[in-house]
Amino acid sequence: MTLADVEHPDFLWRNPDPASGYDVVVVGGGGHGLATAYYLARNHGIRRVAVLEKGWLAGGNMARNTTIIRSNYLWDESAAIYEHALKLWEGLEQDLGYPLLFSQRGVLNLAHTLQDVRESRRRVYANRLNGVDAEWLEPEQVAEVCPIVDISPDVRHPVLGATYQPRAGIAKHDYVAWGFARRADEYGIDLIQDCEVTGLDIRAGRVVGVNTTRGRIAAGKVALAAAGHTSVLAAMAGLRLPLQSHPLQALVSDLLEPVHPTVVMSNAVHVYVSQAHKGELVMGAGIDSQNGYGQRGSFHIIERQMAAALELFPVFARAHLLRSWAGIVDTTPDASPIVGLTPVAGLYLNCGWGTGGFKATPGVGWCFAHTVANDEPHPYNAPFTLDRFTTGALVDEHGAAAVAH
Amino acid sequence: MTAPFRLPGRGLVDQGTDLEFSFDGRRYTGHPGDTLASALLANGVHRVATGIAYRRPRGIMSAGVEEPSALVQIEEPFPEPMLQATTVELYAGLVARGPAGRGRLATAADPARYDAVHAHCDLLVVGAGPAGLLAALAGARDGQRVVLVDDQPRPGGSLLGTAERVDGLPGPEWAAGVVAELAALPDVRVLSRTTAFGHYDDDFVLALERRTDHLGFDAPAGTSRQRVWRLRARRTVVATGAHERPLVFPDNDRPGIMLAGAARTYLHRYGVLTGRQAVVFTTDDSAYAAATDLVDAGVTVAAVVDARTTVPEAWAEQCARRGIEIRAGEVVTGTSGSERITRAHTAPYAGGRLHGPRRGVDCDLLLVSGGWNPVAHLYSHARGALHYDPARGAFLPTGDLPNLRVAGAANGRATLADCLADGAQAADAPASTRASIPVSAPVPATEPVPDQTPGLVLWSVPDPAETDGGEPRPRFVDLQRDATVADVLRATGAGLRSVEHVKRYTTIGTAHDQGRTSGVIASGIVADALGADIATLGTTTFRPPYTPVAFAALAGRDRGALFDPVRVTPLHAWHTAHGAEFENVGQWKRPRCYPRPGESMDRAVLRECRAAREGVALMDGSTLGKVSVQGPDAGELLDRLYTNLISTLKPGAARYGVMCGVDGMVLDDGTVIRVAEEEFLLTTTTGNAAKILDWMEEWLQTEWPHLRVTLTSVTDHWVTVPLVGPDSRAVLAAVAPDLDVANAAFPFMTWRDATVAGIPARICRISFSGELAYEVNVRGWEGPRLWEALIAAGEPYGITPYGTETMHVLRAEKGYPIIGQDTDGTVTPQDLGLGWAVSRKKPDFIGKRSFTRAENLRPDRKQLVGLLPEDPSLRLPEGAQLIATAAVPAPPVPMLGHVTSSYRSAALGRTFALALVKAGRERIGDTLYAPLEEGVHPVRITDPVLYDKEGTRRDG
Repeated sequence: MTLADVEHPDFLWRNPDPASGYDVVVVGGGGHGLATAYYLARNHGIRRVAVLEKGWLAGGNMARNTTIIRSNYLWDESAAIYEHALKLWEGLEQDLGYPLLFSQRGVLNLAHTLQDVRESRRRVYANRLNGVDAEWLEPEQVAEVCPIVDISPDVRHPVLGATYQPRAGIAKHDYVAWGFARRADEYGIDLIQDCEVTGLDIRAGRVVGVNTTRGRIAAGKVALAAAGHTSVLAAMAGLRLPLQSHPLQALVSDLLEPVHPTVVMSNAVHVYVSQAHKGELVMGAGIDSQNGYGQRGSFHIIERQMAAALELFPVFARAHLLRSWAGIVDTTPDASPIVGLTPVAGLYLNCGWGTGGFKATPGVGWCFAHTVANDEPHPYNAPFTLDRFTTGALVDEHGAAAVAH
Repeated sequence: MTAPFRLPGRGLVDQGTDLEFSFDGRRYTGHPGDTLASALLANGVHRVATGIAYRRPRGIMSAGVEEPSALVQIEEPFPEPMLQATTVELYAGLVARGPAGRGRLATAADPARYDAVHAHCDLLVVGAGPAGLLAALAGARDGQRVVLVDDQPRPGGSLLGTAERVDGLPGPEWAAGVVAELAALPDVRVLSRTTAFGHYDDDFVLALERRTDHLGFDAPAGTSRQRVWRLRARRTVVATGAHERPLVFPDNDRPGIMLAGAARTYLHRYGVLTGRQAVVFTTDDSAYAAATDLVDAGVTVAAVVDARTTVPEAWAEQCARRGIEIRAGEVVTGTSGSERITRAHTAPYAGGRLHGPRRGVDCDLLLVSGGWNPVAHLYSHARGALHYDPARGAFLPTGDLPNLRVAGAANGRATLADCLADGAQAADAPASTRASIPVSAPVPATEPVPDQTPGLVLWSVPDPAETDGGEPRPRFVDLQRDATVADVLRATGAGLRSVEHVKRYTTIGTAHDQGRTSGVIASGIVADALGADIATLGTTTFRPPYTPVAFAALAGRDRGALFDPVRVTPLHAWHTAHGAEFENVGQWKRPRCYPRPGESMDRAVLRECRAAREGVALMDGSTLGKVSVQGPDAGELLDRLYTNLISTLKPGAARYGVMCGVDGMVLDDGTVIRVAEEEFLLTTTTGNAAKILDWMEEWLQTEWPHLRVTLTSVTDHWVTVPLVGPDSRAVLAAVAPDLDVANAAFPFMTWRDATVAGIPARICRISFSGELAYEVNVRGWEGPRLWEALIAAGEPYGITPYGTETMHVLRAEKGYPIIGQDTDGTVTPQDLGLGWAVSRKKPDFIGKRSFTRAENLRPDRKQLVGLLPEDPSLRLPEGAQLIATAAVPAPPVPMLGHVTSSYRSAALGRTFALALVKAGRERIGDTLYAPLEEGVHPVRITDPVLYDKEGTRRDG
């Protein structure tokens, strides 16, 4: 066995050429697209499905995130869909028959100001009433959960406490994608890589196919799940989406003996960190402010993030940055996703997940598949309509009480 | 004492000075100029680590940053995990060990300092090898500002590891001479021990200088250990050389198996023999020089195993002269040994298959060479495209980038003469952009080299077990990750077609060397397995950093107090001297309260509140953001930014204003005074000051650039002291004898300029407490004098300083919201009961359109209300949720609102709270329930104004 830590199945997926048409074409072979395809077959018996990916499967944000899974969101709408996802995560290894290195090691969200404390406790009270496990920890209790966090009161931004979700944790992102892909492939779903959608074929207000770099493909329904590039795809249908795409950088250290037993996130000093199974520290921070699809961030963000990391974890001083990279987060005005119908019949949207996409993967797949199969939203994604930006029914997760990641 | 494998008098190390060090618990001796790896090899130590997955002994594969195997843990002087033994410079007292794949962090804080420096130059040259030196020389002689960075302690690059001569001089001597000339020029900076590790947009290059690591225990405490150079170069020459590629064959990981070029480097640079009896396994010409050099130094070379059937004639002759057997058309098919290789097995090879019997040959050293990979990392960071060269089996840079050139071996040049020639003209600007005559340096003379015979591209040697049915042996592709050919084949068998997928499936290329030795090989094996073209398959992406960088080096000086600037007001010293407890508000330190000795915070706050309500109290309000808005269109701009009308304000008057976002949600609030016809001064909340100024500038600059307005932050120009309470008028009158403080002369929501305690002051009659209050503003440096004067004048009235906590209680008793505490970005002015501050007359302002959206007109929006817990001693936790029933149903429980502020009130003689509650104003008088940790508590909804609703107190 290699350091991959798990025994992968002997076979993952075929590499088929596209057929002339499918009942459903999912555009975007990331985690969300693959999960959607899987649940279309598993929950709704829809197997004439293709997933079109312009690059390699799950090579976008799915391969670039820091794999944190949690459901301790403030608002009812968010908590409902993320908690649905977390419940699915808890059975996913078994469901997919794939070792996902899903580890419920808990997540600490640190509070550094009195206002942080207010917002954190508000979220804990709300989480509990929504059936999401949550605790408020005083600084000494934070140190019990994660002894390497510096809780001394003398630091620039002392830790005043933290929220703790014990059921939260991490998983191995690639394996999650491959687990969904393999099962989708087993259902007969075609996973088609190096296939970029160049146009949507819309007739009389209904989508009937897609044009791709590998030819035209007829489609009964088209489900867009391409993160920030969903804007580009939706524009082919004349839809303008309120998305802004930003680079979000992440990095890993060298392999280290276990020092960090949980996941720690801090919005006030802008860093989040866990230690993966192999032993590397996996770390992320705030987004780069510029817009764009270039998977490339600015160096000062990394420097700032390291300063923050060492404020919280002085023992990390001589760990080494081994590799850094950027994903592209697609953000909406209220920091909540868009999942649902569009004015074009048969065309569905899933985008705007910002920094929350990975943790939502099974929940999104489940709900988006439901939406596509039934031509109506699942109750969990019903609040996340496109038209809320017109009506004002926002689910504002980056208000004061939101956690950015 | 000379170590057993050290050649006296050879190499560039100082053999006259001994350095004692310890590895894996045993003591050894090395010399200045050694690396940990060379010192260990000099002592005959080859096994330095243990493979992470299979726990196999691992040795030293290379002599540089490409090392995939010899990862060590430093224990003393200070623990540092996972350093390559080949890059650790030796110093006295070094204690290290070879871990099994994972490093250990120190438990104590790192005592070292780190810093960062910016530098700008015309020409940045990365690498002080033959090509880089000539590029730097050409640029410097042309008068350009040059920065030359090199990762080694001495210049020369590949010249340090060969016996080649340049201009008749030994290579290292020639290199030292060039650097001496460069260093003498005023506009040239030479940085040794400095690794350029990343290229970012706009020709920004990051480099790490290791300033004191090599000094060990003698590192001066005041000098930063490592320094990040932030280099902005007009043009960059990347002359970073090439890395030799290992060969993949069964059991290719034993200690004693080493890159051929590395053995040559250990010989020439360090005076170290890496074995007594060597076998050389190669697919190209370069390894022959290692074979002949080693023989000349006294090593027995038992065989050169050349996978090519056509061996280079000139080299064959050199071998014959030294009695070296050449096994042409053969490959190494396996090895024996445990702690160290003892025997290599060879067999004839052709057409991708093994033919004929295996033969063994005893050895304690197996040198391998599978060709060379140009070090094109920085070029790739800069988005340069690599192309595959089938003759070399390598990916090479494809032409120049606008401001970046690759030169020398990094650019695919194979011989020293070619590298020098390439470097000599690399400093020249691209012809398209060149303004002056071309820049170049004369190319120095080199010795003739034999003609090159084409190399053979061999990604992996077949395992004989495949044909003879024996036990398959592991063929390692990535030594640090213990990933093998079998793993790659399993990945392709599973359906994986992308090298990125294979990398993730096998973990190849994710370790310290980031695929420097393994990446291209893995692509080659995938291509072979799929029958695909490696040229289209490509390699995985090179990402910064080129070499690992310590977290602390990246954090630099931004640690501790410097992590985030601490802002204090001119009154801070007084607060500290008078026992204030501080609260962080944004970057500011604000007094939270002033507890007396032995007094709890709760009691202190009650005392301070009482003073403000019954006598007189004062606080330091200097941290409030202040923006001076000037220009003919100042009023127009403020009308567009605030929800209410500002432009009608008269000079001398003040007005409360609310700003909303485009979504109609409250963003900030504060007061605006009109200083003059074309000048306003507005205040923001403390934490939002920078954000609001940015917000205003964004609108002004991007949407309304035609408005003639300038915005200036004047927050720290002023010290602001609210003087609060029924006795405040008397105190002010005492210190401002010229000011008519009568209510009629100086009414609420006006301001006056006056002399206070002999200091020019601006006094605003505004109140955030509901009491009679004056906000006294003076120039910052006069703040302490004002404060002392107010304290002295107020002494007969028992004047009491108060902090933010008391301020919060006083305003909450009055139902005044704090933006950011009682709001969360989802609250409109109407929700807060501030509908009166939303203009119905103005044609437009930010947020106006949103107030007509369906969602904003819902009757069940959350509104700000007061709460009185049924238990008057219960202080509800801020953040507590409110539900409709005393019994908590099963989740999800409908939540009607939450507590935003909660306090004990001296004035009310009980606890109270503010809350945002759905349809809250309709529920006034109703009872809701707060489920807390220890039980469910009934609370009564009230008007948010719980004290002096008529507002009679503010006029005194």
